[in-house]
Amino acid sequence: MAPQAPSLPGVSVQRRPPDGLLVTLSGNWRRMDRLPEMRGVQEAIEGVGAVAGRMAFDASGLEAWGSGLVAYVSKCHELCRQRGIEFEESSLPEGVRRLLSLANAVPAQQDARRVGARTPWLEYVGGRGIQTWAAAKAMVTFLGENAVALGKLLRGRAQFRWPDAFLVMQQCGPQALGIVALINFLVGLILAFVGAVGLRPFGASIFVADMVAIGTVREMGCLMTGIILCGRTGAAFAAQLGTMKVNQEISALQAFGISPVEFLVLPRMMALVLMMPLLCVFANAIALFGGFFVSITMLDMTATEYVTRTVEAITLKSFLLGIGKGSFFGFVVAYAGCLRGMQCGNNAAAVGEATTRAVVAGITAIIASDGVFAVICNALKL
Amino acid sequence: MKPADAAITIEIRDLTMAYGSYVVMKEINAQVKRGSVFVIMGGSGCGKSTLLRHMIGLMRPVRGEVLYDGQSLWGMDDDARQRQRRKFGVLFQSGALWSSMTLAENVALPLGEYTDLSEGDIGDIVRLKLALVGLRGFEDFYPAEISGGMCKRAGLARAMALDPEILFFDEPSAGLDPISSRNLDHLILELRDSLGATLVVVTHELASIFEIADDSIFLDADAKTIGASGNPRDLLKHSTDPKVRAFLMRGGTSGTMPGPPAAS
Repeated sequence: MAPQAPSLPGVSVQRRPPDGLLVTLSGNWRRMDRLPEMRGVQEAIEGVGAVAGRMAFDASGLEAWGSGLVAYVSKCHELCRQRGIEFEESSLPEGVRRLLSLANAVPAQQDARRVGARTPWLEYVGGRGIQTWAAAKAMVTFLGENAVALGKLLRGRAQFRWPDAFLVMQQCGPQALGIVALINFLVGLILAFVGAVGLRPFGASIFVADMVAIGTVREMGCLMTGIILCGRTGAAFAAQLGTMKVNQEISALQAFGISPVEFLVLPRMMALVLMMPLLCVFANAIALFGGFFVSITMLDMTATEYVTRTVEAITLKSFLLGIGKGSFFGFVVAYAGCLRGMQCGNNAAAVGEATTRAVVAGITAIIASDGVFAVICNALKL
Repeated sequence: MKPADAAITIEIRDLTMAYGSYVVMKEINAQVKRGSVFVIMGGSGCGKSTLLRHMIGLMRPVRGEVLYDGQSLWGMDDDARQRQRRKFGVLFQSGALWSSMTLAENVALPLGEYTDLSEGDIGDIVRLKLALVGLRGFEDFYPAEISGGMCKRAGLARAMALDPEILFFDEPSAGLDPISSRNLDHLILELRDSLGATLVVVTHELASIFEIADDSIFLDADAKTIGASGNPRDLLKHSTDPKVRAFLMRGGTSGTMPGPPAAS
């Protein structure tokens, strides 16, 4: 469609006595590269000065035109309007005239324009304080809603579907076995190597088994599983609930009087709280096997020695502590994921942000609460 | 390869569309004249939008081809296909605005990517396009902050950004009030007349169909192919296919043009 040798769009402005301006448009204005500058027209208008004038167009040299021309003429029109100059559009091509009147048909939404005022720092600090307080309240409220929903579930009155809960359980439990196994095998292996470095100089390599056993069962098993599930399942919860929010699916539930917390959040919470202990048992077993593998293949230990020491090292107390922490981490991950998902804004970017915040909050809360558990256990000599 | 008929800009030849092994439509043949408004109509779920996606090149036909000026869209190499697509403007069903960008940024993106215009010129064109769809003053709003109808109009402004030769509309008036819908129809005709664009419109709004269509095809969901083609006003008068007549008369049997919607 383009001409063989496209000519550049051109503009020239002439004064026409007594007070008129003639804007001559020429060349190919369909091209989307460089539009002529407004300066010529502007200078000419300023030359006319305060004397009210007229602006006319000569479009006889125009080869082709597109939006660029309409945008240009529209700016001329705006200039004329500001300075009270009469705008003669009769000489413009008909299509340009029509588009111009279409563009001017709806007045600008003046009050729609936003004010980009800078906030003073005190107001900023205060605003952040209020936001933080509101966020803290929202967190506690969400916790309360969950507690109420759980209460209703226990009394058999919640809008809760077990099949949904089972589906989530399958997604966050059995389907996570592969990644949980891989990570925990490697962690067990690493623990064994680290133990060997520390204990071998004292001729105490045999205690590598104790170290792997205690480290895994009390700490690493549940910690690593929690972090994996936070990245895997917590993020999925936030993204799914966030997308449901964007699609107004949550509003649709509310419109039917169905509580999103009972219907969506509770199954997810239940699933993770119930699945995490099981995953932790699995993770512990795999990590112990990782340590076993390193010890008997590279650290000159016999299998019997290793197994005996491991069995002696693991107490029921440590085992239950690890499992209990695992369940708590499951709650933390589900809580962070669901809270951020339900708080999600109304667009794609907000879903991304909700997911990020869910994972960051989840991992931080896991590590921080694990630290608190460690202090408590030390104080109680557990 | 020169087009046989320069007046034909799009030609659909023996097109079969399928999702996996499920055939949506088969043996579709149609021609779109340059500078005309071509309407794809049919009941909900009959494959109108799927046909549109095939025409834009978002989906690859199972059999048959879509030709632009005599060149098959899928016969071209990737670069040529990208260049061809740049001549398209597409308005998706609910606007499909990029939610992390303001309306102005949405319209400016294609201009910034595909033209050598300066920032200032892009700003001018963006303001013009938004003014054309009645959104002057909303440049700095994010899609989430405006209504669905406004999103759709902003989507149209974005589709028009590059002065496309061919504009595709997927259900332009769905979800709009009658007046906005009518204004949009007028805008569509205005674009055809003033910029000489070819328009392909997927719709099942009868008022729109009779108002804007130069030519149309009716997709028959049962026969899985074109049920009728031609100007919808002629189809209403002369078509003997009961399905086409029922569609064009909102299920009624009178031979008159549909009036204001009656309670059903």
